[in-house]
Amino acid sequence: MIPGDGVGPELMLSVKDVFKAAEVPVEFEEHQLSEVQGTATPSKLEKLLQDMRANRVAIKGKLNAPMEVKGELNSYEMELRRQMDLFANVVRCKSLLGCATRHPNLDLVVIREQTEGEYSSLEHESVSGVVECLKIVTRNKSQRIAKFAFDYATRHGRHAVTAVHKANIMKLGDGLFLQCCEEVSQLYPKIKFNSMIVDNCCMQLVRDPYQFDVLLTPNLYGNVLDHVVAGLVGGAGVVPGESYSADYAVFETGARHPFAQAVGRNIANPTAMLLTAANMLHHLKYASLFLCSLNLGVFFFPLSLLQVRTRDVGGYSTTTDFVQTVIDNMRPSIH
Amino acid sequence: MDYMVQNSELGCTWNSGTYDVKAYQKARTVTLIPGDGIGPEISAAVVRIFDAAKVPIHWEERNVTPVQSPAGKWMIPHSAKCSMDKNKLGLKGPLKTPVAAGHPSMNLLLRKTFDLYANVRPCVSIAGYHTPFADVNLVTIRENTEGEYSGIEHVIVDGVVQSIKLITEGASRRVAEFAFEFARKNQRGTVTAVHKANIMRLSDGLFLKKCREVAENYKDVHFKEMYLDTVCLNMVQDPTQFDVLVMPNLYGDILSDLCAGLVGGLGVTPSGNIGANGLAIFESVHGTAPDIAGKDLANPTALLLSAVMMLRHTGLGQHATRIERACFDMISDGKARSQSVLTPARSRKLYNTILLEFLVHKKPPPPPPPPPPPPPPPPP
Repeated sequence: MIPGDGVGPELMLSVKDVFKAAEVPVEFEEHQLSEVQGTATPSKLEKLLQDMRANRVAIKGKLNAPMEVKGELNSYEMELRRQMDLFANVVRCKSLLGCATRHPNLDLVVIREQTEGEYSSLEHESVSGVVECLKIVTRNKSQRIAKFAFDYATRHGRHAVTAVHKANIMKLGDGLFLQCCEEVSQLYPKIKFNSMIVDNCCMQLVRDPYQFDVLLTPNLYGNVLDHVVAGLVGGAGVVPGESYSADYAVFETGARHPFAQAVGRNIANPTAMLLTAANMLHHLKYASLFLCSLNLGVFFFPLSLLQVRTRDVGGYSTTTDFVQTVIDNMRPSIH
Repeated sequence: MDYMVQNSELGCTWNSGTYDVKAYQKARTVTLIPGDGIGPEISAAVVRIFDAAKVPIHWEERNVTPVQSPAGKWMIPHSAKCSMDKNKLGLKGPLKTPVAAGHPSMNLLLRKTFDLYANVRPCVSIAGYHTPFADVNLVTIRENTEGEYSGIEHVIVDGVVQSIKLITEGASRRVAEFAFEFARKNQRGTVTAVHKANIMRLSDGLFLKKCREVAENYKDVHFKEMYLDTVCLNMVQDPTQFDVLVMPNLYGDILSDLCAGLVGGLGVTPSGNIGANGLAIFESVHGTAPDIAGKDLANPTALLLSAVMMLRHTGLGQHATRIERACFDMISDGKARSQSVLTPARSRKLYNTILLEFLVHKKPPPPPPPPPPPPPPPPP
């Protein structure tokens, strides 16, 4: 478990409380790592990576990246992703009952390539006042993420995959990505494939998001779309996410925000983190235990009863209230 | 074809003193680039409307299909370039670059020729044109010459491609200065710089640094910084919290289209491009719609609103407000709607007629006479 920055530690507490109440047989190894607070060092990172490789599953909050350059162009979070090769980020945006939004009943998945593209951290100042930033696109990684997306779509019964790109401007880079997606789509004839330019995609998302099913994107556009779709279903507080490599899985919220303004005020919405934790249990194959499906189902209770709503979804409840309601609703079924 | 405004109408009526008096004393000449597809029709519609509203604008129509110089370099025709350089003002319809044209994209060529460094897109909710997002009133200002769209790409080895994103001090400062100046001139209270400097520390870091430096000189405008993903998240939840947004090229492209979607799409969104030496070209950003070209179905709202933006830029604010109000009144009035409730008038003729009536008579046209009462049923 990596609590991270901002409201991460509070949300992790919620997860631990709920797990304790539900008597989930999961033990957390905590690692306090924070770049902005200066508690992150390369040796700590090394230890963290060792533990993660041993445990193979992690749950984490957002590691904030400071904006000033202190020697390294890579933030700790990016370094983590790269070392663990967490190439696929999946954010499932599903409208929640009781959470009123402008577009009800949405169910979209955004699959984002997470290790290359614009986040390669290859920047240099050629002459004073002129900075170059390199965006790298490779065939291997594009094919890998495309295959992952189509496999995911097949496994979860999704019917269409849309590749999002800007190949009209970045003809070689995004052109290569698009070409790989098209090649892989030939192997999955049952899944409909189409492509769309990123700015048009954003416009279509706010006008008619129901036309999309699974969105497959390179790194930066994925970041943008994750947040647009998260906003459409209710915000950063209600969307879970996960990152996969070939061997490891890391669970974190979909829209990654440390939400620094809410630290210590007990107002953050733990829904996203609790749903993330539930997904983690599902991944750990605890799905056979009733508590997992209960976890997933019970969150709809507080929201739809309209009694327990945190600030971001229009109510005034605190984080602890929310967690308590979840625990109370769970308890009868355990016994 | 040139469209002349009758000069006898000028002078006395508009001497309000609030705006640039010089602009009122003689007609401003504007280079008109009708464009392709529905371009000529919608340009003609705008010209007719301006004519009826007696706006002191003289149009010089030019074609910008590129020609190749003897050295092999593609450029826009000399007459078009001269006209723009002289007038410093242009109104452009949609342009199409054929796939096998051999010449670079039209918009790219114009941008390079006139050093159009800032793209301004105001996104305002239109009363009567319903979208799920109400009360949007923001402006996106996008750096238009560098960033991710530098076009510098190469294949390093087979299967590995590198694209270069370029950020320079000069371009960042220039667009930041424009954004703050725009905010001040148009009484907008806040400028928000949108960036990803936590990831792209050097490049977006430089952009942000320049914005911060320029903000020091504009203490009357509130300056904020926000990450691109936070802006996206908040934009779809509550767009009313944003005012003026300034950002590098790619983010600007994505966000300006996102915001256009919030208010109804590219068919109702105006856009302006600001160039060096005070030059400005206003344009509609939708496509050429070749399937409806020539059929009198095109909707000139986007080009009309861009022309209104141009009037404001020139100091002809009163004319701008009058035409804009007529246009919005017409849309909210609903008389010019087609079957689909999402689309205002598709027919140019209907649009023009009604708009002219709004403008000229300053009141909506009288309702059609009620149908005659049905004949009484025959007695049993």
